[in-house]
Amino acid sequence: MTPPFAEQLNLRLCHRCKYASPMDNGPSHCARCMAPLHYRKPGAITRAWALTLAALVLYVPANTLPIMRTSALHRDSTTTILGSVVELWQQGAWDIALIIFIASVGVPVTKFLALGYLLVTVQWRSTRSRKERTQLYRLLELIGYWSMLDVFVAGLLTALVQFGPLGGIEPRPGILYFGLVVVLTMMATLSFDPRLIWDTGKANE
Amino acid sequence: MSESTQLVICEYCDSVYERQALDRHQRAHCQRCGALLDRHPWLGVDQLLALSATAGILLAFVCFYPILRIYTRDQSGSATLLEAVLALFDGSIGLIGVTAAFGVILVPAAQIGLLIWLLAFARKQRHAPGFQPCMRLLEVLRPWSMLEVFLLGALVAVVKLTGRIDTAPAAGLFALAALSLLMVGVAGRDIRMLWDQLS
Repeated sequence: MTPPFAEQLNLRLCHRCKYASPMDNGPSHCARCMAPLHYRKPGAITRAWALTLAALVLYVPANTLPIMRTSALHRDSTTTILGSVVELWQQGAWDIALIIFIASVGVPVTKFLALGYLLVTVQWRSTRSRKERTQLYRLLELIGYWSMLDVFVAGLLTALVQFGPLGGIEPRPGILYFGLVVVLTMMATLSFDPRLIWDTGKANE
Repeated sequence: MSESTQLVICEYCDSVYERQALDRHQRAHCQRCGALLDRHPWLGVDQLLALSATAGILLAFVCFYPILRIYTRDQSGSATLLEAVLALFDGSIGLIGVTAAFGVILVPAAQIGLLIWLLAFARKQRHAPGFQPCMRLLEVLRPWSMLEVFLLGALVAVVKLTGRIDTAPAAGLFALAALSLLMVGVAGRDIRMLWDQLS
């Protein structure tokens, strides 16, 4: 037996308190927590596209600009994210190199591909593998902020290694773009509405 | 209103179910999309309150006590959570400092504050003043707490420095680990039980 959809029972889910709000008098706000009620998140597809594309654009400087500058008496070097991964790999710290690679390249690229795929299939009103696509969305929610890793590493190293005029570690603009990519992709994920995946083909169930 | 609190709607596919009473360690999943619908709460009001207070103390601790220390021949240095965040406020990239401050200090602090506020009144079977907006704010804040990532960042930083500078974890690192674990339990869905318990 398949469960009914909220719409068929004239109910609406409150996104804030998860209350099943009866829509008999067409209330515009949740009776329990007073949050505004929406049938689906407003402008979900447009917002998710806009935020994803903005993040994609910023992902270019995030990778090409240096994220950190290390200065010492006789050495002064800047590294990009990929540069630091390669450097760690060559030093033999392949495990940390792998963690940073997954957090900084794997996670954002997965997010771009997954968001693009979900948006395109919803717009094509695809009815295929809806359960798997919903699971993909939950994966997106789960990996949300893990790409902030490099930002925090940069902050900690900067605070830690301050040798005054002799040198130290400083953050560089790459880290700013990187953080913005994380925030924008998180906002894109939050503004997408996974219920749109199920809105197609309800009639023939 | 009492009738429809007996219903659960899946937030991923909009399927409607009747709420089932769950035993310890039992979970209810959506038949249609597999999402978690409901689970037995891990903690009661008193326990949540006690752990929220603990989390508050730990957060204050990691803000002001060093997480990592470094030693060179003639110098040593250390960094607290607060210092690591402030280091990102440097000039042209200040915006990233704001983001980091939100993720590891402001959002967790707000979550802990709201939890203590709501739970302190809930113990006396009362709604805290501003109950509805406080509960809504907790839902909005949940995805933005990034303490676990910072913890991983601290471990990565240790490895990046080893070989070049002597690095040692300090008390703050252990407090941070405990805090990240606590926040998973405390800032989760359990607080939603107040909607039912206090009505």
